[in-house]
Amino acid sequence: MTATSESEQLRYIDQQAADARVNVEIETEGMTLNLGPQHPATHGTLRIIAKLDGEQVVAAEPVMGYMHRGYEKLAEVRTFPQVTTLINRIDWTGSFANETPFILAAEKLMEVEAPPRAQYIRTILHEMSRIANVMLGIGDMGVQVGAVTPVFFAFRDREYVLNQIEAVTGGRFHPNFDRIGGLKDDLPAGWIQNTKNAMEKVEDFCDQIETLMYGNELFQARTRGIGIIPKDIGLAYGLSGVNIRASGVDWDVRRDAMPHGLVYDQVDWKVYTHPDGDCYSRMWVRLQEVREGAKIVTQLLNQIPSGPIMAKVPRIIKVPAGEAFVETENPLGVMGYYVISKGDLNPYRVKIRSASFNNVSITPWLLKGVYVPDIIAILGSLYFILGDIDR
Amino acid sequence: MSDETAVEETEADVVAEVDEAREALVATLAEDLGDGIVETFIKPGDDVWVRVTREAWAETANTLRFGMGFGYFNFLSAIDWQPSPYGRDMDSQVDLTLNPPEAEEADDEPATLETGYAGGDTRFQVFARVNDITSERAITVKCDIPDDDLSIPTWIPVYPGANWHEREAAEMFGLTFIGHPNPRKLYLPGSFEGFPMRKDFALLARRIKPWPGIVDVEQMPGEDDEDGDAS
Repeated sequence: MTATSESEQLRYIDQQAADARVNVEIETEGMTLNLGPQHPATHGTLRIIAKLDGEQVVAAEPVMGYMHRGYEKLAEVRTFPQVTTLINRIDWTGSFANETPFILAAEKLMEVEAPPRAQYIRTILHEMSRIANVMLGIGDMGVQVGAVTPVFFAFRDREYVLNQIEAVTGGRFHPNFDRIGGLKDDLPAGWIQNTKNAMEKVEDFCDQIETLMYGNELFQARTRGIGIIPKDIGLAYGLSGVNIRASGVDWDVRRDAMPHGLVYDQVDWKVYTHPDGDCYSRMWVRLQEVREGAKIVTQLLNQIPSGPIMAKVPRIIKVPAGEAFVETENPLGVMGYYVISKGDLNPYRVKIRSASFNNVSITPWLLKGVYVPDIIAILGSLYFILGDIDR
Repeated sequence: MSDETAVEETEADVVAEVDEAREALVATLAEDLGDGIVETFIKPGDDVWVRVTREAWAETANTLRFGMGFGYFNFLSAIDWQPSPYGRDMDSQVDLTLNPPEAEEADDEPATLETGYAGGDTRFQVFARVNDITSERAITVKCDIPDDDLSIPTWIPVYPGANWHEREAAEMFGLTFIGHPNPRKLYLPGSFEGFPMRKDFALLARRIKPWPGIVDVEQMPGEDDEDGDAS
């Protein structure tokens, strides 16, 4: 900010002061509790300003933007293949899954189809991203409600999955592996068997954590009946993924509207729902998602066809003019890209519909009237990644 | 002009089949909105776009959610159809020598707006997408916003989830959502000037340091050079 004149400087100071007291115009007698942006119980830099009356929250307002990186603007000045480097970093715990919908949208506009082997590997890596992401979320939820051990289990066992992702893509967190028309590389030797072993570890983790955490009375007391999201409210706020399935909505994009180019219809798996809509049910459905993810990966590894991994695409990719919206079921919920192309090297506009943005937008409604410790339990059970909110 | 389907000439010969489900959807919407619908575009078996007038924007949300069962709010955002005065901001000098751009028509008039599916007459367009998750239908609704009055009614009374999306669109494109209960900035600091997602908002990083360009693109494994034509 370069203020040139004195009056502009004064205005700037005024605005800074106004920023500092965001949303204090709600006049109540209580105190204001500022959670974050630097707080051990928040994920990343989400800041929540809660007005309290005793131990109860009267109004809560999330403040975002501490990590806004402007990917929608940056994507406009990059070529289509370059965009994946950016969007990798939206949800950094399940990065490969961020690439899938964008690449599928570009392929839809270009009317290109990836070869079957590439489709299988894509689906496998998409599911492995989900497993890595959700395992961390489960362990993290333990920390939020006071159990420290689960997160060590989660970090330990997630590493088996990340190692396999690294073995094939070269990156633990930012694979940048998806290409328009296929994939960058084929699987390395021995990868299929190693991944099957890793999936067994994941299933062991699920069994362990189920008895260790979910069966724990304290965990249940902290999460059961807390933060209930009714079905209709959740839908109108655009909640997706586990957060809406835990409210009894039987909707999974992988099963119901699978985008062309993934192979979820080739395997036998199940969509879990829970009727309660509280913190416990959200975490319970998450655990089942990890189990199902491991099942899907193992089955796909058994059926994976041979063949090329790249369709015939020109070296310099120009995407024909048009608009496409492709959404996939990502670890945190439904993620979609609305891509507008004008037949050029770069997208004209990319609207990133990220899951956490909608999932967290319900917090002002959801946190009203809850007790202070439950704020943390609710935020933990919604499970968001800040990069997925701020983009 | 209620329920006619605008099919672009290029699309017409590729896709000849009709999409009855989506035709019916548009027809139902047209019953309630009447002249509110300006243009529709259907990609058979894929998706549907409907452009409505600004007056019918709030009513569209109402009809979709309560009349037609589109209970799931997906997203809302805006588009700036006026191309950037800075060009694509991604041409390096090397690329320009290798592939000189086609001689541009040297007229001084600003380029005409080229809008996407379901058309558009103004620079700014708001678009939103809602789903009906029980029958797996989805619809993208667009609405033109005249340049002299960048405002549009809010969708919050119908879809509470539109709240943050409208705040984001407002700060990024400089739009006003009439009736928004909390029209503060969402991401940007309060003192920020300008509207970053507008095409005429310069991306400073690119202004200062030129981009290496397409010559940087790595060669794909096992690829011949004859594939590498830019057309």
